[in-house]
Amino acid sequence: MNPVLSMPQSLPQAADYIRILPEIVLSIFGMIIMLLDPVMDERRSPKALGGIALVGSLAALVATWYQAQFPGLGFWNMVQVDSFSVFFHFLVAAVTVVVILSSYEYMDVQEIRAGEYYALLLFGAVGMSLMSSAVELVLIFIALEISSISTYILAGFRRRAAISSESSVKYFLLGSFATAFFLYGVAMMFGATGSTNIATIAGVLRAGQVPVLAYVAVALMFVGLGFKVAAAPFHIWTPDVYEGAPSPVVGFMSTAPKAAVFAVLLRIMFEAHAPGRIALIWVVAALSMTLGNIAALVQDNIKRLLAYSSIAHAGYLLVAFAALPDNGIPAVMFYTASYAAMNVGAFAVISHFAGAGERYVSLEDYSGLGRRSPLLAAVLTVFLLSLIGIPITGGFFAKFYVFAAALQANLVGLVIVGVINSAIAAYYYLRIIVFMYMREPRTEAPIAPIPTGLGWALAISLVATIYLGVLPGRILDYASRSVAELLR
Amino acid sequence: MSAMDSSILTLVTFIPLAGAILLLVLPRRDRDIRIVALITSLTAFFASLHLPVHLHRALPGFQYMIDKPWIPHPSIHYHMGVDGISMWLVVLTTFLTPLCVLISWKSIHERVKEFFILLLVLETALIGVFMALDLFLFYFFWEATLIPMALLIGMYGHGRRVYAAVKFFLYTMIASVFMLAAILWLYAKTGSFDFVTIQSAIRSGHVENFAAAAPWLFLGFFLAFAVKVPLFPFHTWLPDAHVEAPTAGSVLLAGVLLKMGTYGMLRFNLGLFPEQSRSNAPWIVVLALIGIVYGALVAMVQPNMKKLIAYSSISHLGFVVLGIFSFTPMGLDGATFVMLAHGVATGALFLLAGILYERRHTYEIADYGGLATPMPVYASFFLFIVLASVGLPLLNGFIGEFLVLSGAFRARPIYGVLAATGVIWSACYLLWMYQRVFFGKVRHAVNETLPDLDAREKVTLWPAAAAALVMGIAPLLWLNSIDPAVQNALAPFTQLASKVVGQ
Repeated sequence: MNPVLSMPQSLPQAADYIRILPEIVLSIFGMIIMLLDPVMDERRSPKALGGIALVGSLAALVATWYQAQFPGLGFWNMVQVDSFSVFFHFLVAAVTVVVILSSYEYMDVQEIRAGEYYALLLFGAVGMSLMSSAVELVLIFIALEISSISTYILAGFRRRAAISSESSVKYFLLGSFATAFFLYGVAMMFGATGSTNIATIAGVLRAGQVPVLAYVAVALMFVGLGFKVAAAPFHIWTPDVYEGAPSPVVGFMSTAPKAAVFAVLLRIMFEAHAPGRIALIWVVAALSMTLGNIAALVQDNIKRLLAYSSIAHAGYLLVAFAALPDNGIPAVMFYTASYAAMNVGAFAVISHFAGAGERYVSLEDYSGLGRRSPLLAAVLTVFLLSLIGIPITGGFFAKFYVFAAALQANLVGLVIVGVINSAIAAYYYLRIIVFMYMREPRTEAPIAPIPTGLGWALAISLVATIYLGVLPGRILDYASRSVAELLR
Repeated sequence: MSAMDSSILTLVTFIPLAGAILLLVLPRRDRDIRIVALITSLTAFFASLHLPVHLHRALPGFQYMIDKPWIPHPSIHYHMGVDGISMWLVVLTTFLTPLCVLISWKSIHERVKEFFILLLVLETALIGVFMALDLFLFYFFWEATLIPMALLIGMYGHGRRVYAAVKFFLYTMIASVFMLAAILWLYAKTGSFDFVTIQSAIRSGHVENFAAAAPWLFLGFFLAFAVKVPLFPFHTWLPDAHVEAPTAGSVLLAGVLLKMGTYGMLRFNLGLFPEQSRSNAPWIVVLALIGIVYGALVAMVQPNMKKLIAYSSISHLGFVVLGIFSFTPMGLDGATFVMLAHGVATGALFLLAGILYERRHTYEIADYGGLATPMPVYASFFLFIVLASVGLPLLNGFIGEFLVLSGAFRARPIYGVLAATGVIWSACYLLWMYQRVFFGKVRHAVNETLPDLDAREKVTLWPAAAAALVMGIAPLLWLNSIDPAVQNALAPFTQLASKVVGQ
């Protein structure tokens, strides 16, 4: 009997609600913001609503911690709370906290007066959290849509800038196209295995002959998810969207939804024993790393540069998907966490420095930043060094674990491609550092002092980046433990 | 072992870093920042004196060891320790850093805070390189020296500083990737990054496929070190980096950074791959000899004072490599001693060049002449250091070069003969430069009124001059502790030799 097709015999229990507690908390706070927004004074509302959103995302962190005490399935086997889902819940909520903190003053400077901005951030987080705990393909699809629709709107929030609307529309059109692929894949998987439940699919695929249809299904789902993580050749949208969208939103959508999609990919690829995994991943990973890094070499806009860099990082991450589950999965989890820390931080710096109307986003503008704002430049340097993968930053161990996992699976060719790519990547990140420290500033105009909210956002991502680089052991142990639960 | 003995290495390494963090939060009052930097570097120096004072000279092997698990997976330990060789390099580093702070007192007047932070971070990284006994930790400190040094050159250097900084960075970074590959191979086969563990695994033959991989591993390490030394033909980054670097950067670059390369050869190439060292020695020695002669000849024709000193470094470091790959106790003793002597003497030469640059903003020899008249005290310091560098007996340059040459003669007479010409050349180019800068009439009117050394500059130069003298008169103070470490490093070679003889 298929659990989806059968009507539930009983009403949800209290335990079921605990399984989606963080999502409930986030939704309630999101709705409170929506309700308060129309009745509040327009000049004061963004600050107050931002505060509510901050409380909401912190409450989601607490809810995740509480939820972690009660692992198990809920809602007729549709959601599963395990160390794996808790890990990604934490990550998504933490990224949301940092993004809210860095949006706080950004909204003021850009003169965006819209309370629903924060509500959309929270709703997006709901979708992403749900993606990491859903073990049912249809529910994963719904979660994916919740998260995507929020980010489509968020990308267009700089309403005065045409480029932002372009970004939003482009993201929406191509994104919908990609989700259609995913849905098509789900349908095919149902055709091949008779179920949309990951555990059941795994049972069927492991038991006997793998139907050809399952290969097609995996490929189609991979296309849809590959779009969301900006893996080549599904990356075309990335630079334009990142360039147009508000910087804090780029920080958000380049990390949290990606982490959630990687969680889904892990479940599909490893938990459901997807066939044809290694060949698929090999090609896409090598392509993403190479295309992303080579295109990044010639960028003059820092947001576009980091867009291509994010394509390359998706490639590094995918390398671990081709490895064995025992070290591949922890490597992916560690990588998403450290990538989230450094990238959110980098975009927080960019959002502050860009100024009103995001005018200063070209590399030339970064000339002499080390002189004009030593602190901002130093912080950005740490994030860039982490993106290169220099020791004592999270980026180093992230790459280390990914390549080590790939080596243990004897993927020497892929590792060589990856190492060469890391060397190429060093060049364009260093270029930014050279601009900041070794060029004369074009203007002596002072940079606005770092506001409190942004200061906290930077501090959190900085501490996380360094922590992951100095003491990676605890996070990795946690990730390794969750693998055992995932592959039960 | 007292508690002090097990924590002294950590203390010495991280005092400068703690100072850098303190500077980070201090307000931008340049004077306070300079004073804090000076106090920090002096504290590190006095703390590091604990090492030679309490070293057990009779014991071979590493002392003051500390070994704590740091990262469980991969198994990385915080494993530090020094022997008679690395201990003195640590002291050299802590000795030169306060001098660098003093020499930068006035010449750095922009972004002062960043400058001293970078300098202190660099000191921590350099000390860490000489103390680390975990290969991962070593690689980490090794790479960590790169960023502050490149930034010091790129931010505070002269004319083509960005070019020089990027060239420096890329050369060393690319070369050290090969070392990382070799380290990872060793980790994959032995399951450990620990130097001592890996060494004993190799010596007892417990590493699978080692015989096939060892030549490549040797080269991986060697390439990273050879670029750093720099050994001919990997030397082209050095003149650029030196000419463009600020004075303090040049002092640490020549004084300490280059020794990272020779130290690495001594510790890792000889320590882990004795047989490969032996079989590769002929061409390495040839490169060293070319470096000695070529560096000296090119130094001779340099119109730029700093470039001249830079090429002289290539020549002197050739002696060190020659001494190391002579595999004789004398050669290794001498190589270590040259490292220290060159650190003091060439460091001091760069300090002197920097003092002149502060006054006239040029390094061109042709812009000077007859300086002995307006700057008599400066001229006598300069002469003293030049003589030390040339290798005048009773000064520090002599002892090391003498030992290296005797070691080289013992290994193969032709090595000694060729290398000995280097000593003659060095007398030529340094004394000739001295003559052109200081003797004769003052040729440029601006030079007539150049002020002589002030009190701060004298304080900067005295320690270096005193060290050059003491090292020359009483070298045994140093050699007493260097020699046991050298004998220990050569132990596998004597076994190797007896094996060969036995056959």
